[in-house]
Amino acid sequence: MLLVVVMVVATTIGSVGIPLGDAWSVIMGHITGNTAGLDPVADQILWQYRVPRVLLAALCGAGLSVAGVVLQALVANPLADPYVLGISSGASVGAVLVLTAGVGTLGVSSAAFLGAAVSVAVVFALGQQRGRLVPTRLVLVGVAVGYVLSALTSYIQLRANPNELKSVMFWLLGSVAGARWDQLWLVSAVVLSTVAALMFYGRRLNALVTGEESATSLGVDVRRARIGLLLTSSLLTGTLIAVAGGVGFVGLMIPHLVRLIVGADHRRVLPLAALGGALYLVLVDLLARTLDSPNEFPLGIFTAAFGAPFFLWLLRRGRTLVEA
Amino acid sequence: MRLDIAGIGVTLDGKPILDGVSLTVPRGSVVGLVGPNGSGKSTLLRTVYRSLRPLTGVVKLDDADLWSLPVRESARRVAAVLQEGGSSALSVAEVVELGRTPHHGMVSRTTSADREAVRVAMERAGVTALAERPMVSLSGGERQRVHLARALAQEPSLLVLDEPTNHLDIRARFALLSTVRGLGVTTLAVLHELDLAVRSCDHLVVLDHGKVVAAGEVLDALTPTIFREVFGVHAKAERHSDGVVRITYAADPLGDL
Repeated sequence: MLLVVVMVVATTIGSVGIPLGDAWSVIMGHITGNTAGLDPVADQILWQYRVPRVLLAALCGAGLSVAGVVLQALVANPLADPYVLGISSGASVGAVLVLTAGVGTLGVSSAAFLGAAVSVAVVFALGQQRGRLVPTRLVLVGVAVGYVLSALTSYIQLRANPNELKSVMFWLLGSVAGARWDQLWLVSAVVLSTVAALMFYGRRLNALVTGEESATSLGVDVRRARIGLLLTSSLLTGTLIAVAGGVGFVGLMIPHLVRLIVGADHRRVLPLAALGGALYLVLVDLLARTLDSPNEFPLGIFTAAFGAPFFLWLLRRGRTLVEA
Repeated sequence: MRLDIAGIGVTLDGKPILDGVSLTVPRGSVVGLVGPNGSGKSTLLRTVYRSLRPLTGVVKLDDADLWSLPVRESARRVAAVLQEGGSSALSVAEVVELGRTPHHGMVSRTTSADREAVRVAMERAGVTALAERPMVSLSGGERQRVHLARALAQEPSLLVLDEPTNHLDIRARFALLSTVRGLGVTTLAVLHELDLAVRSCDHLVVLDHGKVVAAGEVLDALTPTIFREVFGVHAKAERHSDGVVRITYAADPLGDL
């Protein structure tokens, strides 16, 4: 509920202010299919730019937070985030190649998704041991592959010209400014279905964090659960990074924040991380585009600059850190 | 239910760990699995709670071949208390509720049967008063009791315990094993300490180098010869006038071996 209110209010704020009532009638008009009699300027700004943007921010926040919860539990490491398996480094290579050299006819998003898919495939192939996915091994392989790909990205950046560099920088730090309806349909379909699928893993995640043997004795098919969780969360993360770039911090901190507040039971943590992450990124995007309007900041700067102090405050306030 | 293990063979990295192990745990009894380090005790248990598929042999619970059941189905019959899984951030009640996992599909919600099973399990394991405490705040003995409660919440017909008294102080060891004895559940337990094993088990099975070298009533299994040849010490087990079996070690337990 709060999320919906914040999302609607967020659409009214921007370089052109639109009264809340007008915003509401535009949104309702489009939902009910009755767009006659709307102010065309407000309609244009709101429906073509702000609404998709706010929606994408919400999808990103929800998806990255849920993927973060899953990976922290899977690899049993509180420092894990959705990018821990090298997925962002792969996407970066793809995106930066297109941004600087305009390789082929691929768009930035497709290139980033392709890069993400290739890096995940490499990490899975090298991270398995006799057909078993071993979490600690996966993390190490992910970090190593990530470094190799980051080196490649840095090299490409060095050879880029200053104009291209700015857009590269923006992409690497993440932004939802490019949100448009035509891609949003596909993205929301993927994000909503993967997030929904992950919601069903609450019980099994609780069992998995007690250890592999113990989870098996509780009737969890550990191998299948791991593969399902890794593939689903990789698809989710890869899709988001392809459209929004490398939005950092959300997938790392929101899971911890939620656990600090509601405890470690994944049946509660998963849905609340989705809501909390969505809310958080909508607010951050609002800041990113209004603070120095009409200029924009990349999201990555704000997710960390505002999120980290809040997190530290919460951490100091009591309760010991709740691990996955 | 009765557990029948027959002809179990396990090889890890080309090295034979278990070689044709057979044993029986009669319904309602507590059988202790003892032997020196590396004799294959924990490996044998893993083939029972389905963590390790044996190369040869069968594990049968009454007439059901455990390894031919879906893993969720076998987890409703066999519950394990293991040495891992200590540092979870869940509360005691949440950990015990994990025991209900095999009774649920992907979407089913917690039922009143679940809540009742959790309540009963906590009571039998003596952790009802700890329900809201986070696991990290418990002592080793309390934590093992919670793991026992989790296993009981599975409502199993067979309980397997892997060195459940490890790292516990002496009082907590006696207390945990007397609780296990009082459950009346068919139990197979790997026990490191022979003194505790002879007190709390109906039968003992002695493993050495992956083979059963002795089995039966406590005094029949732990003969002076077994002490000497398997455990490498001079000792004898005898029933005292108060009915309790105790082990007496020689003045120089290692002498002349």
